[in-house]
Amino acid sequence: MAFGPYFLLASLEGLVTAAVLALTALGLSLVFGVMRVVNVAHGEFFMLGAVLAWAVSTAFAGHPSVGFVAALFVAPLVVGGAALLSERLVLRRLGYDPEATIVATIGMLYIIQQLALTFYGADARPVQAPFNVRIQLPWFGYSGYKLFVIVAAIVLILAAWFVLTRTKIGLVMRATQYDRETAQAFGIPVDRVYAGVFALGAMLAAVAAVLIVPIQQAHYLMGRDPLLLSFIVVIIGGLGSLRGTVIAALLIGLSDGIISVFFSPTLAKMLATGLVAMVLVFRPQGLFGVPAR
Amino acid sequence: MNDRTKPSSLLTTGISRRGALKGLGAAAALGTAPGFVRYAQSQSSEPIRIGFQAHRTGIGAAYGRWYERTTAAAIKRINDAGGINGRPVEIITEDDGTDAARGAEVVEKFANQHKTDIVYGTLFSHVVVGSAPAAGELKMPYYVVSEGYHVASGKMNRYVLQPGITDVRAQCRSVAPWITSNVGKKITMIYPDYAFGHDHRDFFGPAAAEQGGEVIAQIPIPPTESSFTRYLPQIPSDTDVIYHVMVGPAVLTFVKELGEFYGGSGPKLFGFIDSLEAVDINSPGLEFLEGSHFWEGMPRYLQDGASEHEKAYREAVGLDENGASINDAKDVSTAAHMFGCWETLYIIKAAMEAAGYRGPEDRAKLVEATEAMTEFPEGAEHPQGAKVFDGKVHQVFGSQNISVVENGRLNVVHRTSIEDGRYEPEADYTTQPL
Amino acid sequence: MTITTRDWALHLGVIAILLAANFLLPEYHRGVFSRVLVLAVFAMGYNLLFGYTGLLSLGHAMFFAAGLYGAGLPLYHLGWSVPVSFGTGLMAGIAVAAVVGVLALRTTGVAFMIVTMMFAQVFYLGTLYFTTWTRGEEGLVLSQAMRSVEFGGWSLNLSDPSTRYMLALALFAVVLLAMLWLVRSPFGRTLVAIRENEERMRMLGYDVFRAKLTAVVVSGVFCAAAGAAYGLLFGYVGSGFASIQYSILPLLWVLLGGAATTLGPLLGTLFMFYIIDYSSGVTSAYLLVVGVTLILLVLFFPKGLLGSVRERWLGWLP
Repeated sequence: MAFGPYFLLASLEGLVTAAVLALTALGLSLVFGVMRVVNVAHGEFFMLGAVLAWAVSTAFAGHPSVGFVAALFVAPLVVGGAALLSERLVLRRLGYDPEATIVATIGMLYIIQQLALTFYGADARPVQAPFNVRIQLPWFGYSGYKLFVIVAAIVLILAAWFVLTRTKIGLVMRATQYDRETAQAFGIPVDRVYAGVFALGAMLAAVAAVLIVPIQQAHYLMGRDPLLLSFIVVIIGGLGSLRGTVIAALLIGLSDGIISVFFSPTLAKMLATGLVAMVLVFRPQGLFGVPAR
Repeated sequence: MNDRTKPSSLLTTGISRRGALKGLGAAAALGTAPGFVRYAQSQSSEPIRIGFQAHRTGIGAAYGRWYERTTAAAIKRINDAGGINGRPVEIITEDDGTDAARGAEVVEKFANQHKTDIVYGTLFSHVVVGSAPAAGELKMPYYVVSEGYHVASGKMNRYVLQPGITDVRAQCRSVAPWITSNVGKKITMIYPDYAFGHDHRDFFGPAAAEQGGEVIAQIPIPPTESSFTRYLPQIPSDTDVIYHVMVGPAVLTFVKELGEFYGGSGPKLFGFIDSLEAVDINSPGLEFLEGSHFWEGMPRYLQDGASEHEKAYREAVGLDENGASINDAKDVSTAAHMFGCWETLYIIKAAMEAAGYRGPEDRAKLVEATEAMTEFPEGAEHPQGAKVFDGKVHQVFGSQNISVVENGRLNVVHRTSIEDGRYEPEADYTTQPL
Repeated sequence: MTITTRDWALHLGVIAILLAANFLLPEYHRGVFSRVLVLAVFAMGYNLLFGYTGLLSLGHAMFFAAGLYGAGLPLYHLGWSVPVSFGTGLMAGIAVAAVVGVLALRTTGVAFMIVTMMFAQVFYLGTLYFTTWTRGEEGLVLSQAMRSVEFGGWSLNLSDPSTRYMLALALFAVVLLAMLWLVRSPFGRTLVAIRENEERMRMLGYDVFRAKLTAVVVSGVFCAAAGAAYGLLFGYVGSGFASIQYSILPLLWVLLGGAATTLGPLLGTLFMFYIIDYSSGVTSAYLLVVGVTLILLVLFFPKGLLGSVRERWLGWLP
């Protein structure tokens, strides 16, 4: 294939990766930014979203889009509920201690994985895309659904941006993130904000999973890569910066796609990972982070 | 015979005369009971304990589930027919988490805690290789059902055997002539960038070249990858056949993206069913596979000319016509590999009987007896077909099936001969001390 | 602060008990302890950086694997002897730790965590990329013949269970006492002070970067020693040990046992091994048991087992 079309394809692929990554990372960014909790189970909430998407969409007969739309609502709600429960039962009792919460969320990771394995099984299961359109370009064909994922992610990220910057809920969150004690002194119910943030973070991961699952199948071990990549995106972008998170997701998605044009696949992955790490080495606060005081 | 003069373990522990009499009485009572004639002939009716290293969790869990079912079915049949050497067989299962380090620990646990007679049943290559040192050091016969080239390569040790499933090198050699003469000569290989994929690369290429074929591109995919479209443009446009072998949950994505990329046109496909084991061939997105060819160790779908042994095996394991569980049509089996469990257990039985196996002190004799085996005729014990065993490399050789996807079914179109897969052995385990 | 008699008594006592265990433990558990002792060295190396220096790394699998491959590859491909291979394993650990340290220490906090994780991912992919030599995820078997040491008329077989246990214990004892000495030494106090208030230490004139780099390298060497020993004693080298899982495990072991305690890593490693080993024998849904146990444990011992003991009862614990 000629270079131009190849580059186009790699960029499109990079955009899809970036779109889903940005959504997942946004959830982690909230939890990490506001609560300062390293949530190792974030990837498992993603996986849970994908598994629930399968369960919901297979429960609906008829056109696949019906099941898909239902999954888009049901999966995040259930996952958010599970996250809320674990926050109340475990994280709150630990006082959000950064070290203890690592152990606790590793424990949650084991529990969620086992439940998925027991009730869903070890198989990778596909979910039908709400619509099946193959767009034939002069050089190659491309999935129309993938383009839809990009658009849907942009819409959701804009909505999140609106909530965070233009509503009272967002203001309260940002205040809590900026200074917990002061926020409390001003009468912000920090405790309830934390619960809400944790649930919201998990819900964003679940939405991202529902979007991706017609492209990649639901599998009980699928949570690890989104977890690692989300952490990378959040830190590279600069903790607490929504704009940074989105741009870092684009950087990682596109560099991953484009570098693979020039090198053998594994070498390309090594180079992409190493280069992105160097961004942080030379800009430790992240792309849009504020240097530590 | 040496064995007779050896004091039995009962005597060395010094039991009282009274206890001995009581024991004799009990044995006599058992001897007269119906159905116990066989057991009474042996020195002990203690069960033979087989440690089953199973992938219950981790990446191999989908395979592990069916390995467990096949094992249970084979053991039931063996026990119903009187066990091994007249002794019942007991399976003790431990999860290895599909992890190499845990695999070695599990082998130690079988040897030193469960005190099993042998260890058996591992599929994933890294677990086999990780566990092999422990098996060798503990002098524990370790029968794997893995299809890796590790055993035949001579890099394991005398206690590691693979008598129930063919290895990847033989599989590549067997299918190469058929591909070059029936599908196409210009081949692009897509494989995972680790040892299993590299074995395909190293063994298929030369075998295809011998037949006038040519591998024109090799695309190794990192195993951490979950999306593949970006690599597809690397497939040269003059490719006749894409030879694909992928393992892991991402494979559905791979096939689907291949379909989106090429649409109705594009090169033909030849794949290893490893990619789609435990996956319904009629899953959404796999329509693109219609008309493509697959290697199958044993056919998933019941074929027209299936032997009665094959039918009996399928019934015992609980497979429907489509190779799914009879209880759940969505629960698709790993048919192309799991027959190896059944056949391996029957080889263990035959070897134990040939060695006059009585207990752990006979483990070395068991290994020698297995090495001495040469041919396994097709039958109830070997429903996949006849096989030839090479005791020097501890590896079995057999026929492979090539199937085509037609109307959402895999139909066998060619069955290779055992000879197609033979190669010059690279090792001789029998020279190693026991 | 010097090492008190009480410190000596506790640590030498633990080593003496472990020595006796070689002769008292049932065979299976002796094998388990051999592995756990080596992995506890890994955890102690991690603890030096995480517990005492306050640097949370998610890339320590790379140091463990540097030792594993640094020792395993020359032994396997070049036929080098066991002691020399152990040495090359340590050298590999020093080299990797120094390079990673110089780069990663430009960052702090969460950025340090992510940078180390990404470097470790590059290392992991490297073990796959060079499958020709490493056999990737499948790995290499170091045969029993390769793993025996000959000097003079003596020969030492590393695959003998008792020899293996004693060697694992020797390595453990050396690293444990080194850790004790380190944390009671002025350098150890410097590290703890950096953890508590880095800026203040800098203003007091300490070369903070140099102290942290030293900590990374020493931590890396301990972990590489564990990796090299693991490969040489148990005969398997594979890329699974370089994966992210082996970066998270030492963190978990240290947190369970108690961060910044000398003996915590051993306790955490032992605990984690036996909870998996035991629960997997009871139920096939054992990950559930493991998860619930971890959560309960952290609810009642938020500072880890020994960390909470020290907080509540024994303030002097090192």
